[in-house]
Amino acid sequence: AGDGGGAAERGGPPAPQRVLFPPTFSVSEIKNKQRRHFMFLRWKQQQRKEKLAAKKMRRKEREALGDKAPPKAIPKTIENQRVYDETTVDPTDEEVAFDEATDEFAPYFNRQTVPKILITTSDRPRGRTVRFCEQLATVIPNSHVYYRRGLALKRIIPQCIARDFTDLIVINEDRKIPNGLVLSHLPDGPTAHFRMSSVRLRKEIKRKGKEPTEHVPEVILNNFTTRLGHSVGRMFASLFPHDPQFIGRQVATFHNQRDYIFFRFHRYIFKSEKKVGIQELGPRFTLKLRSLQKGTFDSKFGEYEWIHKRREMDTSRRKFHL
Amino acid sequence: SPQVVWSMLGNRQFCSYKMTTKTQNFCRNEYNLTGLCNRSSCPLANSQYATIREEKGRCYLYMKTIERAAFPRRLWERVLLNKNYEKALEQIDENLIYWPRFIRHKCKQRFTKITQYLIRIRKLTLKRQRKLVPLRRKIERRERRREEKALIAAQLDNAIEKELLERLKQDTYGDIYNFPIHAFDKALQQQEAESESDSDAEREEEEEEDVNTREFVEAEDSELSDFEDMDKLETSSEEEQEEEEEVEKKASHSKSKGKTPLKGPARRKRPYIEIEYEEETEPTTKTKAA
Repeated sequence: AGDGGGAAERGGPPAPQRVLFPPTFSVSEIKNKQRRHFMFLRWKQQQRKEKLAAKKMRRKEREALGDKAPPKAIPKTIENQRVYDETTVDPTDEEVAFDEATDEFAPYFNRQTVPKILITTSDRPRGRTVRFCEQLATVIPNSHVYYRRGLALKRIIPQCIARDFTDLIVINEDRKIPNGLVLSHLPDGPTAHFRMSSVRLRKEIKRKGKEPTEHVPEVILNNFTTRLGHSVGRMFASLFPHDPQFIGRQVATFHNQRDYIFFRFHRYIFKSEKKVGIQELGPRFTLKLRSLQKGTFDSKFGEYEWIHKRREMDTSRRKFHL
Repeated sequence: SPQVVWSMLGNRQFCSYKMTTKTQNFCRNEYNLTGLCNRSSCPLANSQYATIREEKGRCYLYMKTIERAAFPRRLWERVLLNKNYEKALEQIDENLIYWPRFIRHKCKQRFTKITQYLIRIRKLTLKRQRKLVPLRRKIERRERRREEKALIAAQLDNAIEKELLERLKQDTYGDIYNFPIHAFDKALQQQEAESESDSDAEREEEEEEDVNTREFVEAEDSELSDFEDMDKLETSSEEEQEEEEEVEKKASHSKSKGKTPLKGPARRKRPYIEIEYEEETEPTTKTKAA
């Protein structure tokens, strides 16, 4: 061990002379691991110094030029570099507007129907899932939780339609945690299947407020840009009654970022005109869309509008579908 | 002969079908009737033997007799049993008519058990079956990582706050939140921009105020007739200042109370209080106008 240490130390000072002479000397060619590691660290330090020096130079040039300096470069982010999706919705697009006026959510948006939601789980839900269902029921107004008891979904759906439910939510559970969500708009509407992750119940949220009240919350839908995103956004919007009660000061947010939909439930207060304070109540979870089906839930014979195919769709890191 | 076979396989030598556990010996032979390794249930050590086996949902009776011991290919004779339970039992009886009791009994027992589990299989396939989808570890890890990064990039709190402020600006909340400073600055700007058209509005406001403040205002007007414009300006600025005071009071009110938003009618009560403060604030308004 002493020898190895000595070799490393000796490898230090004479090394700079060695670096200059042979034209191609790469750190990865040294066989000795310790020495290689040492040389690599030294190379890294050098890189950092060069970078710092370059930064300083640039800053000096900027100050020297003053007003004539070129504008600051915008750093590249994934959102900046996103591959342009041709199905991005243009706000002024007539075709989209026409489609939305005639699709399955039109009666909701025309205020002809009031949403009534049935929340259920897969067979034999464990404690966490049950509690999550209850909390979800408090967040979404006009919703009811029913136990599954081994019933087939295909038989549940006609019964729901008979009892005037507009939406069905099924929370799938695996190993005592909820991990999937099936959202189905009932009278023959689209069915979306999501994978659910990082579920936090109310007691696990830090600095939470009191329980959500019975007021109808507002809804915020962020970043749903493509056609697919638009239809998913409308699905979420149709869960909540159309007229929010501003007295309740509650807001439910569905925020889409890089194909992950984050759900949060907050209570807000306007401290002044330019400042608002929000406090998180309610459960939180993230969803990732797996498939969107045209009719109601039917895994075998349904017509799928969109399925996430890993091999085809996950090829680029800058490509998102929602 | 079967005794020799058993003395070899049973205890002393090796039998590849035999599985030993702490309490019992099992026989893995597919033709075994009971599944245990016994003298009477070993298919190799008994020259006359029978079993029930099922294939693709149909049950067969397999029989082995001494006469065919020399022909391994034809050793086991197979009889397809009826689908009906009772008729199949009669078939077993009729085929194994002079056979030892043990084999007959065990065959019927085995047949019963097999039919029961076949029934259960058929019932289960009708019910919903849970489809197990294997998780791919690398993909799971990747998804989790991406979710964390997306969460950081989303900056949810900021986005929500921005959206709420937008909605406030676009007046979706209507009259619930009164932040008159803003609406008030707008009104001021309007006044400055269109002072002529607004003078009528000012006069109208003053008349409304005059309804309540008749005593004071009339006296002032009669005294300072030349300074009518000044008075109008002063009173309007007084109104503005009083409204500002109102706002501050309300802001402090809201801070102290926390969450309850103040309602509209509370505001309308204030104008009555304005009357009392008018004279007190006159000197300050003068400095402000200056």
